[in-house]
Amino acid sequence: MADASHLHAHGHPSTPLGAGAAHAEHHPRQQHHFYSMDQQLEASILGMWIFLVTEIMFFGGLFMAYIVYRTAYPDAWAAGSNHLNVLMGGINTLVLICSSVTMALAVRCAQIGSRRGQVVNLILTILFGTVFLVVKYFEYAEKFEHHLVPGPHFDPALPAQQQIFFALYFIMTGIHAAHMVVGIVLMLIILGMAWKGRFGPDYYGPIEVSGLYWHFVDIVWIFLFPLLYLLGAHLGH
Amino acid sequence: MTTAVAVAEERHSYLDAPYGIAAWLLTKDHKRIAMLYLISITVFFAVGGLFAAGVRLELLTPKGDFVTPDVYNKLFTLHGIVMIFFFLIPSIPATLGNFLIPIMCGTKDLAFPRINLLSWYLYVIGGLLAVGVIAGGGVDTGWTFYTPYSTTASTTNVALTGMAAFIAGFSSILTGFNFIVTVHRMRAPGLTWFRLPLFVWAHYATSLVMILGTPVIAITLTLMMAERTLGLAVFDPKIGGDPVLFQHLFWFYSHPAVYIMILPGMGVISEMVAAVSRKQVFGYSFVAFSSLAIAILGFLVWGHHLFVSSQSIYAGMVFSIITMLVAVPSAVKTFNWAATMYKGSVTWESPTYWVIGFMGLFLIGGLTGLFLATLGLDIHLTDTYFVVAHFHYIMVGGAIMAFLGGIHFWWPKMTGKMYPDAMGKVTAILVFVGFNLTFFPQFVLGYMGMPRRYHSYPEEWQVLNVLSTAGAGVLGLGYTLTFCYLVWSLFKGKTAPANPWGAKGLEWETSSPPPTFNFDADPVVTEPAYNYKPAQEVHVG
Repeated sequence: MADASHLHAHGHPSTPLGAGAAHAEHHPRQQHHFYSMDQQLEASILGMWIFLVTEIMFFGGLFMAYIVYRTAYPDAWAAGSNHLNVLMGGINTLVLICSSVTMALAVRCAQIGSRRGQVVNLILTILFGTVFLVVKYFEYAEKFEHHLVPGPHFDPALPAQQQIFFALYFIMTGIHAAHMVVGIVLMLIILGMAWKGRFGPDYYGPIEVSGLYWHFVDIVWIFLFPLLYLLGAHLGH
Repeated sequence: MTTAVAVAEERHSYLDAPYGIAAWLLTKDHKRIAMLYLISITVFFAVGGLFAAGVRLELLTPKGDFVTPDVYNKLFTLHGIVMIFFFLIPSIPATLGNFLIPIMCGTKDLAFPRINLLSWYLYVIGGLLAVGVIAGGGVDTGWTFYTPYSTTASTTNVALTGMAAFIAGFSSILTGFNFIVTVHRMRAPGLTWFRLPLFVWAHYATSLVMILGTPVIAITLTLMMAERTLGLAVFDPKIGGDPVLFQHLFWFYSHPAVYIMILPGMGVISEMVAAVSRKQVFGYSFVAFSSLAIAILGFLVWGHHLFVSSQSIYAGMVFSIITMLVAVPSAVKTFNWAATMYKGSVTWESPTYWVIGFMGLFLIGGLTGLFLATLGLDIHLTDTYFVVAHFHYIMVGGAIMAFLGGIHFWWPKMTGKMYPDAMGKVTAILVFVGFNLTFFPQFVLGYMGMPRRYHSYPEEWQVLNVLSTAGAGVLGLGYTLTFCYLVWSLFKGKTAPANPWGAKGLEWETSSPPPTFNFDADPVVTEPAYNYKPAQEVHVG
């Protein structure tokens, strides 16, 4: 029974050379079930990447539906795309790219131990995210005014298949916006931790993995913007 | 007796300290979370079983006289939803997997203990929503939620049921996510990938399916719910939507989900077959890779659910061939288990009975899957009781037999108590006989053309249906007995030794039940898995 593996006993916690001494070197942020800070960081980064894989599959179902219907109804799709506000979408694309830059800078500041840099860059990231949502609000309001929301109030002059385009527009951008809200809440928590000086060169896992999430949400938009807004550009307005 | 208690206290078993309801409900210990899951899935198994009893009672007589057609629709729908989303999907991974994977990896816990607890809470929230649906009058779409019936016609709680499945899906994603990171990053020193128990390989493959498939059902249910509640129609044929797209998206998850149910069972059987034969699993690396092959092929076969749903004949042919390919890794496993037992020193304690029961039932379930994969034959068999019998042989005969077998095998480790071994044998035989009596007649009924989901049938099929209902009674008795003596053993059972079966593996080297951090000292692994006969230890491949 014991021959399947050799058990290396910890020193008794009270002996100076045993686990007690090793424990004293542990970083206060190291959780009990990890051997080292490196293992903890690697686990959390791998965890976030796997989570992002599930997110890709989640949005993947929507992109699949988009591809199927765009292939089936290319005209309704191009015409529907022309109803979207390219200027607002473009501003939001720019805003999100800026937020990704500040996010990356915030992580870098954590790694080099600059508390002030983290706080400034995180506040900027949150601001850009909020601007995105405000612009989105005005875009949505415009769609309601123009009777472009699927359902009984949809503009009867438009072909029925355009309802599917707008249904997918609202679901795709809506779920993306929900991810932005989650991201902003996450950034507020990280900002609180950064404010307290929690992060430094030896401990920056939370800000790093939150950053990965933020970049992912931005990249989803980088796909949504051309697929939804720029599709009918060649037809003219 | 007093000495036993004293020993347990000295070892700080995970069951002993800290005490109290709050300490259990806020625990981050993977073993306690496994027990929380075990209790909750047992409740849902009982609920799903009651719905099955309703279905079988209605089918006792040819006329629809026990319940109305509407109630019958709700009975089979709720049976499917409860059993699949709230019992089978979490069954082995969330209980045995949760309990054993960190121990088999020689670590103190899963990589993300808090997320593990979150997973159980999500499961409970989803489960409570499902209970709310049942209390609020049920749902009648079938567990498949096919549009446009689910989005426009049904007057039952479809959206709430979708939400319940959606939330339960996230609990499953979090379990899979935790397992993958744990296997990659938390293995003990010396525990290389090819020294991992096959149980861990099977759960790794299962976790891949969980993280790649489950998000797709989440978005599919979201689209269905958005269409039903917000009017954001994507599948509505009136405006050019395609209900078949729903079926594609649905089965992209729901076929791989079958492998979420059976792969962990295969992992359980691989462990048990080695232990009861006192022999290294024959062709270790083939069995390990066959799990991955099943997980990968599982994503490429969803179209076999759409052979009669306007899918192109060429797509049907490709899906048919890939489906048959799944038989290859499944057969690799079955042959290798048989080869492991061949010339092994087979012991005849209760786990052996469950192992052999599983192998027989899985064999029939797997082979009848080939009938259904055959394009021409499937046109005749689609939506008949043949399909019902086939998937119950996999999900009940395979997955539940493995689940209960695993529970019998690791019960002493999990609880520190022994159950009466004779009872384990009796119920294994009862369940095996009851199962075959329930579902074998359904193959015949299906072949004769009896459609599924109908609440009445022509009189000439009554004999077979009576047999099936009688079998369900025997099966129910077997499950109830199992429940009774396992609970009895908690209070009156003999104290279990650390290794009651003389099995190999890290989990048998720690005490029963294990201490909170699993091992008294960090383990270091120096030999391959199942090293029962060290003289024969050869590295192959």
